Parts: sequence; C-alpha cells; structure tokens
Amino acid sequence: MSNENLPVKIKTENLDFYYGPTRALKNVSIDCYDKRVTAIIGPSGCGKSTFIRTINRMNDVIAGTRVEGRILLDGRDIHATDVDVVELRRRVGMVFQKPNPFPKSIYDNIAYGLRINGMRDKKAVEATVEKSLRGAALWDEVKDRLDDNAFSLSGGQQQRLCIARALAVEPEVILFDEPCSAIDPIATAKVEDLIEHLKTNYTVVIVTHNMQQAARVSDYTAFMMLGELIEFDRTGKVFTAPANKLTEDYITGRFG
Amino acid sequence: MKPAARKKIVQVLGFLALRTAMVLVLAVLFLFLYDIGSKGHGAITWEFLSKTPRKGMTAGGIFPAIFGTFLVTVITALLSVPLGMSAAIYLNEYASQTRLTRLIRLSIRNLSGVPSIVYGLFGVILFVNVMRFGTSVLSAGLTLGLMTLPWTITASEEALKTVPNSYREGALALGATKWQSIRTNVLPYAVSGMLTGTVLGLARAAGETAPILFTGAAFYLPFLPKSLSDQFMALPYHLYIMATQHHAIQQVRPLAYGTALVLIVLVLGMNMTAVVLRYRLRRKQR
Repeated sequence: MSNENLPVKIKTENLDFYYGPTRALKNVSIDCYDKRVTAIIGPSGCGKSTFIRTINRMNDVIAGTRVEGRILLDGRDIHATDVDVVELRRRVGMVFQKPNPFPKSIYDNIAYGLRINGMRDKKAVEATVEKSLRGAALWDEVKDRLDDNAFSLSGGQQQRLCIARALAVEPEVILFDEPCSAIDPIATAKVEDLIEHLKTNYTVVIVTHNMQQAARVSDYTAFMMLGELIEFDRTGKVFTAPANKLTEDYITGRFG
Repeated sequence: MKPAARKKIVQVLGFLALRTAMVLVLAVLFLFLYDIGSKGHGAITWEFLSKTPRKGMTAGGIFPAIFGTFLVTVITALLSVPLGMSAAIYLNEYASQTRLTRLIRLSIRNLSGVPSIVYGLFGVILFVNVMRFGTSVLSAGLTLGLMTLPWTITASEEALKTVPNSYREGALALGATKWQSIRTNVLPYAVSGMLTGTVLGLARAAGETAPILFTGAAFYLPFLPKSLSDQFMALPYHLYIMATQHHAIQQVRPLAYGTALVLIVLVLGMNMTAVVLRYRLRRKQR
C-alpha cells in the first residue's frame, strides 16, 4: 500500500502509545499522502482519537502518557529534540469532536490564532479573517455579524467557525477528530463538502464513527480495532473488497 | 394510602422542611443585624467617623481604627492576591497531578481551617521576631495575608477549574504556547471568580482580631500610623477592647455598638463589591 506514487506527508512507524500502563496504540504504521483525505474508522475505544492526537502531539498535555515508535512529518521526526511543539501544532491544525469556539466574537475567534502567532497589522488580520471564513464556507452567513458572540451561531456553524479558525494560521495538515458527531445531518453535509474542498490545499486526516462519511469524503481508509491497525488501503478497496475478515464484518455492520 | 398521594405528601413536607431551614437562617441573621443596627446607629455621627477617640475612649470617634483596618487590609491584599493567584495558576495549570501535588492541595485546604489565633502566634514568631518587623501594621498585614492565602488559592483554583478544557486545547492546537493559552484563553474567563473569592477572603481578614492581636494592633493610639513599622488601631480589636476590657464598659456600650455597625457595613461593602465585580466582569465577557 505504500507503493503509491504520491508524496507522503505524515508517516507513522510502529507507533505505540501508552496511557500509564495501558497500551492504546499497538504498532501502528500508516502513510498519509499529501493533499489527500485519510479516514480512520473503527469501533469506540479502538484508538482512533488517540492516534490522531499523537500527530499534533496533543496528547503531550495528558499526564502519564508515553509514545514509542516514530511519527514523521515531511520526513522529520516530530519528537526530535529540535522540533518546537508549538510550531508543529501551527503546521498541523486540529478540529475537535465538539465545536469549541472561544467565548469571543466571531471575528476574534479567527483573529485569535493570528494574534498569538504575532500578526499585528490590522489590515492583514482583517483580510485573513475574511479569507478563512470564505475557506470554511461561512463568510456569507456571518459577514454582517462578525462582532456577535460565537456562541450565537448554530452547532454546525460553530464547527465551520472552528475549521476557519484552524485555516487562519495556514497549517499544512488538518486533523478532524469526529467533527460531525455533535452536529445535525444538514450541517454534516456542509462540513463534508468543505473537507472535499480542503484537500486541494491541505492534507486531511479524519477520524469518524460514520462509515458512510468515510466512504464519501476519504481517499484512503484505515480500519483500527483495539489499538491495532487492521487494514489500510484506498477507500474504494476497503469498502468494496476488504482484505481482512474483521474489516468486512465491521463495514457490513456485523459489529461495532 | 395510594402511592401517588404519599409521594405528594413527601414532596410537600420536604419543601416545608427546606423552607423552614431557610427562614431560620434568615431570622437569626436579621435579628443579629437589627440588634446591632438599632443600638449602633445612634452612635454614628460625622464626628464618630472622622475623629480620634478622646477621654479614655469614652468619647470622640474611631477614625484611627477605620484607617488602620483599611491600611492593614491593603497590605494583606498585596501579599495574598498576587501570591495566591500565582500559586493557583501553577497548581491548576502547570503542576502535574502527583501524590505530592495532592498532598500540597490537601495541606492548603487544611490551612484554611487553622484557627486564626494560631496564625497570630505564628506571625509573632516569623514577622515580629525573626524578620524583625516588630509589632507593626506590616507584621499584622503579612500575618493576615498568610491567613487568607489558602482561601485565595482555593477560590482561584476553583475558578480556573470552571474554564472548559476545550479553551486550552483549542488555543494549543492553533500554535499557542502554554502561557499564551493560559493568559489569553483561560485567565480572562476565570478572573471574575478569582477576584470574587479573593475579596471575600479579604473581607474576612478585615474582621479578624486574633491574628493582629500580638502582631501590631494597638489598644489606643491618638495618631495614625506614619510608616509600615508603626502600630495601628483596627476596628475588630477596638470593638473587642470596648466590649470586654474597658474600665467603663456600660458607658462605652453605645460606642461599641457603633463600632460593630461600622465594621459590619465595611465587610458587607466589600462583599457587595465582590458581587458587583463578578457581575460586571461576567457581562463584559458576553
């Protein structure tokens, strides 16, 4: 499966992850191709979210966790001592399961990331806010109410706001951790459209519970179970001719 | 009896019991305030508030005590607010949750239950003797500061805990440093709670007698403290003297009630400030 002629953006090699003594990831090796959407599916507790959170080292903030194996971003180990985790997280954006806008205005939610990364020029901030909201297909809905509190938006709008917020700091990779599990079907369709668009400029990794969603939006699919990678291949292949019996059972709904 | 009827009776009796408890609490509070208010308001005159005591404290005012309480509270705040908030930020945001931090947290909770006289005696040893600040407004303020620290830390930590973790993670995921995420995306939403808890702690400190008894409060001073190393008069101590130690207790009783009223109004004022402050800050966030 690594015989594709595409540049690999993120490569994990024999990745193990521990919460204290509990091994949550076992020997996971995946190649996420540049400007493609990779979906991670699997039953609850299989380590999907843990996996995605290791890529921007978000799990570092949880006490008592440990990583073994390697994660390479553009061929460089993200745990190398000279890697600045703050810069890593700017390059690898993340959209969380529950929309988590900050209790600020819509405008300030987007501008926040720019300001903490040192953008002071008001004009530039303004331009980037508009560009990001357009990029997240939210601009037309909010352009007249940028000063309203972000909590006044609907759940789906909030999630697109969080996507816009992630886009604003110009990442190369965007990680989606079950981005649609807390929003309604229409909002979900909008977010899926958006992900489809995003892959022209970004490498996308999406964790999802929803197999139809994985089939719709992704180019590659990884199926995980109990911390192990069971199968990883082109999405079409995984859903039509899975190589592993477990994968087949899961996608045909026999368990999960 | 039918189960539905029984459920209803239980409900009614339950409400009655809760309501009675509330009425009892309020009744005691109002009785207390009424007693002090009715016997104390007669003493409140401009002279009482602005002049020094005269004729062995049987006449004149209590201005030095008001000023002293104000001054000592400021010193208390200067010690306990920055130190307490910083400690809370460290404990809640930075410290890893180990057995040691749990022990530290437990100790802080316990320290808030230590009797104030113990703080007073500790202050005598540490500030008056070892650090040689003498019996002074500085020693008393620092002693009260130590006493309020556990409250400040606990209240501030509780306030920090109410900030959802998603604010921290959201900021970190955008490339914020830990301190940036705390400063710009945690503290602004915790500060109202932190300040409220702190002001309530200070209000309690302002009414304390035991910690200042040996560390700096004076029985009677005809002048105001001119420096931090001077002794001072304070409302709670002044009240204590007038109510129990004075040679003409009956004669000064109205003045004692007046002093009590001033102290209560002062503490009530500080608590109201805390409420208003919280309300304002909360509204600003929206």
